[in-house]
Amino acid sequence: MEVGRSIPRVDAADKVTGRAKYTDDLCPHPVLEAAVLHSTIANGWVKSMDISEAQALPGVVKVLTCFDVPDIQYPTPGHPWSVEAAHQDVADRKLLNRRVRIYGDDIAAVVAEDLITAHRALKLIRVEYEEYPVALEPEGAMAEGFPPIHEEHPDNVLARMDLRTPIRGGEFETVEDVLSSPKFRQFQGHYETQQVQHCHIENPVSFAYMESGRITVVTSTQIPHIVRRVIGQALGIGWGSIRVVKPYIGGGFGNKQEVLYEPLNAWLTTQVGGRCVRLDVSREETFQNTRSRHPISFDVAAAVDEDGTLMARYCKAVSNQGGYASHGNAIVANAVTGYRQLYLDQIGHHAQALTVYTNRPAPGAMRGYGIPQCNFASECFMEDIAREMGLDPLEFRKKNAMPLGYVDPFNGITCHSTALRECIDKGAAYIGWDELREKYKNQTGPVRRGVGMACFSYKTGVYPISLETSSARMVLNQDGTVQLHLGATEIGQGGDTVFSQMAAQAIGIPTEDVHIISFQDTDTAPFDTGAYASRQTYVTGKAIKKVGEEFRAKLLSYAAELFPDADGLTILHRHIADGSGEKLISLADLALNAFYSLEHSVHITAEDTNHCKDNTFAFGCCFAEVEVDIPVGKIKVLRIVNVHDSGRLINPQLAEAQVHGGMSMGLGYALSEEMKFDPKTGRLLNGNLLDYKLPTAMDHPELKALFVETVDPSGPFGNKALGEPPAIPVAPAVRNAVLYATGVAVNSLPMSPQHMVEEFQRGGLI
Amino acid sequence: MYDIQSIYQATSVDDAIRALQADPSALVIAGGTDVLIKIREGKLAGCSLVSIHNLTGELSGVTLSPGGDVEIGPLTTFRGVTFSDVIRQTVPVLGEAADMAGGPQLRAAGTIGGNVCNGITSADTASTLVALDAVLRVRGPKGERDVPISEWYQGVGRVALAPYELLVKIIIPRDNYAGYTGHYIKYAQRAAMDIATLGVSCLVKLTDDKKTVDDAALAFGVAGPVPMRAPSAEAAVRGLPIEEAIAVIGKAALADVNPRTSWRASKEFRIQLIEELSPRALREAARKGGADV
Amino acid sequence: MIEILRCTVNNKPVEIGIDPRESLADTLRERLGLTSVKKGCEVGECGACTVLVDGEAIDSCIYLSVWAQGKTILTVEGLQDPDGGLSPIQRAFVEEAAVQCGFCTPGIIMSAVEIVGSGKQYTRDELRKLISGHLCRCTGYQNILNAVERAVNEAHKFVGK
Repeated sequence: MEVGRSIPRVDAADKVTGRAKYTDDLCPHPVLEAAVLHSTIANGWVKSMDISEAQALPGVVKVLTCFDVPDIQYPTPGHPWSVEAAHQDVADRKLLNRRVRIYGDDIAAVVAEDLITAHRALKLIRVEYEEYPVALEPEGAMAEGFPPIHEEHPDNVLARMDLRTPIRGGEFETVEDVLSSPKFRQFQGHYETQQVQHCHIENPVSFAYMESGRITVVTSTQIPHIVRRVIGQALGIGWGSIRVVKPYIGGGFGNKQEVLYEPLNAWLTTQVGGRCVRLDVSREETFQNTRSRHPISFDVAAAVDEDGTLMARYCKAVSNQGGYASHGNAIVANAVTGYRQLYLDQIGHHAQALTVYTNRPAPGAMRGYGIPQCNFASECFMEDIAREMGLDPLEFRKKNAMPLGYVDPFNGITCHSTALRECIDKGAAYIGWDELREKYKNQTGPVRRGVGMACFSYKTGVYPISLETSSARMVLNQDGTVQLHLGATEIGQGGDTVFSQMAAQAIGIPTEDVHIISFQDTDTAPFDTGAYASRQTYVTGKAIKKVGEEFRAKLLSYAAELFPDADGLTILHRHIADGSGEKLISLADLALNAFYSLEHSVHITAEDTNHCKDNTFAFGCCFAEVEVDIPVGKIKVLRIVNVHDSGRLINPQLAEAQVHGGMSMGLGYALSEEMKFDPKTGRLLNGNLLDYKLPTAMDHPELKALFVETVDPSGPFGNKALGEPPAIPVAPAVRNAVLYATGVAVNSLPMSPQHMVEEFQRGGLI
Repeated sequence: MYDIQSIYQATSVDDAIRALQADPSALVIAGGTDVLIKIREGKLAGCSLVSIHNLTGELSGVTLSPGGDVEIGPLTTFRGVTFSDVIRQTVPVLGEAADMAGGPQLRAAGTIGGNVCNGITSADTASTLVALDAVLRVRGPKGERDVPISEWYQGVGRVALAPYELLVKIIIPRDNYAGYTGHYIKYAQRAAMDIATLGVSCLVKLTDDKKTVDDAALAFGVAGPVPMRAPSAEAAVRGLPIEEAIAVIGKAALADVNPRTSWRASKEFRIQLIEELSPRALREAARKGGADV
Repeated sequence: MIEILRCTVNNKPVEIGIDPRESLADTLRERLGLTSVKKGCEVGECGACTVLVDGEAIDSCIYLSVWAQGKTILTVEGLQDPDGGLSPIQRAFVEEAAVQCGFCTPGIIMSAVEIVGSGKQYTRDELRKLISGHLCRCTGYQNILNAVERAVNEAHKFVGK
């Protein structure tokens, strides 16, 4: 079995030797350097710009401004394109913008012979602004009289959504009736999450040049085929005239599921005669000018019967979209949907969501796509209800969790498999739940301990909200090995390794005989929309399985030509064997025959598309044990475990590693990470890796990853989502542990020291 | 590539002083961990530099004078301070404080002299040097002079270096450390790669029976614009039994400090930390001195 | 303005022209093609550009190349044994699944080279501190610690024999 093996990553040796090439490693020298001028206001207009001094600086090749760019607004999120106008992404930015919407907006660019010159030139550009007030929160942007950040949305509301599930049982007409009925216990809560960033260690650098009248952009992206499309849209040129190359990338986490500076870079090369231009995005620019996680505030209500069954819930989520739509309302829509799906409401559910433009740097996709936010609300609220009602928090969750066979009433996504309850049991056993709850109840003193948990569900891919399509190509080599070529991308998660394992499994050969082409070049790579939504092992996996089976059939068919009398041909230990298991010919010899036969030469390849029309839920939970130093507001996570049901594991060792990374991101989200702004100017205050508190190795406990494997009937190999889920349940698990330790319910993130001291002061503990 | 106008690599301290006289606008660069970052930020872009980076022979290393004073070459890296046998034997608290700056790579490059000369209140070695009443020996065109650290800090980012002067030695007089044990608490959000929200350094000298505070020094980073001592807290604990001293030192320190609200932390939060961490630092320092607390 | 830098890089003497404004990371990447030296922040906060200078791990992004005159520099490209096999530290990183996106990997391996080369054994917490100058977003440091611990233990056994 190739699937299920813990083999080392196929790219590990290249990465530990420094041979693995990332975008900047491939950049030719000398190269022209581009630098972007960022606005020093957060809201207003560029009235005029004087570039004469900058243009005159020796070494400056070209200065281009928001007055020069094509008059085209284009969309940036890494969604599959929709041929229906109503489902297309919001097109609300130009390559450089006269209308300034965030502090640091892109308003001009310099191309120079070196970076120092480029930066000196930026300082020589004189800008005259018309300035508007700044709103960093939805309330401010929606206030009467606040100027529209985008003229298409006069009230600054990008989108609203209101969904009510059909009401079950005849007794009530609406969710609101249930939520006001004296028959049930009634609860309300308000929870808020903060803006955080992906912090992939490689910034999103790119370089661009022209060749044969076409533009090539080499870039650090999760979505090369989408980047190509968006460059075409942004420049108003045919998509076929653009070539995007994606080398190894130093992490993405959703930020590179967005078309960032690639269109600008593509345009810049066209403005300097096709010469190669590098656009090196600094860490500070990455913080300020690329995407982040949406801050979302939740108002929730629930009606619960006396035995702890959820009867109805209401969830209203307001999402702060910052200055540009990016993924827009899709994130908060996913959040309220995920909020609803994790637990079943016996009578009904009402969800409202709105996405509001503000003057913050625009959030976009980030690992979990709205679910870490809603999960914080959901799992804090469930804990608060259980605590208030005196229910066992594990039993309360298990009782109400999504059942097997659940079908979402709106999108039809079905629970094909679930081991959520088993995950909870396994996590509780690992952490020693019962003993710790007993040990840590009723503590006093300045340092206290607690234990808490949270669980989650997460869908796999974007069907049916968006298109799910993927192609694979397999080519036989002369030695019987196989080239595997995909449009799906390795972004650090281990995609290339598990794709190779899947192909080997489908063909019937060892993984070592599959050679995956890691880089995507849109000129040659099959089409796939890329790495996001924890989709690739599922969606691309289906394509690999389909094409692998076709490829295997072609090998066997050619073998049948060579051995017309043999029965039951199969592939065994790198050979063609007959039904009795006798080896007839090695795959290497078969390949040589196929290539060079004077009777029938055929280059055995297989390539096909799989249009995936299914989806499935992955599940899991997190348990955390904490120690709280109350007087100084410090929370130390002593032990933590995530337990996942991600279906069958393709590579258990890599799966575990993936979970560690998600837990780490979850711990940062819980305890320390937060983008901070100057409320007056809208300027990002901590846009660097010193002031933005990404955890170091000293800030983590040992991270434990466990699994309960199910075989999902809809998954290509029984597998389902794993990439994003590990980051989801950590923050509420830690919060619930702190609640158990101290009795203080923290309802906003992060639980940073100053915040905790303030909470403890309010709670009378300090 | 850094936007540097010119860089002169000095061959000796006197050569560096001459170079500074020749180009009064030039800045001194040692470990580079502060200056290069400011150049990249644009604050110092286009500057001229006099590099003393390679003057390790003259300016690096820790030695004990015949009289028992600890003499630290300013070009000694944080790492060099921490791993110095002299430091471990005389003022281990200073080595511990140096070991909390940044991360290992920064500690291998950043210097204690830079940490003192940049005049930053959050500098990890500063509060301990202030508690120790260190003496800073500087050399200029007119020769050398000694500046007590109490007169060193002039304001945010400003120290008592006259034009063309270089710090050439950090001296910890024997009387200031002998018989004392110390403890430094760096309070930051992360356990590494962070700047202090508050730094507390406490030195204590116990009576022979290890039950009473004979003398104490308490110093803070980030409790005001520059590293500072807490004289009223020190006075309040002198002569007190240790547990009593621990009980009063936090409140007493509040009379000495003047933290401000910044986007990093509020004044109220810093005050809470001062009140809470001062006794913790005293307790640890006393424990190291043999007290049973 | 060009200056001549003479130093030893990956066990070979090197003599090249550099611009005195260059960081060591610039020189290693752009003049010597040693692209294992990654840039993630350029201010010494992420550790991706870590190399050894005279055996000590430093952030090469905040180290001027002119300071490297006469010094000995080691990058990941200099670690493989003469016939190209992976070093024990590199092997530990592969086998412990300590590599994900790989961008922080060469820098952390260089810190590991110094750690292992010290000949000492360390507690888990000491190892956390010794790699705390590297930021990694993929691994939560868990398997990186496992790999470094394994490499330290293997080297210790070897020394012990």
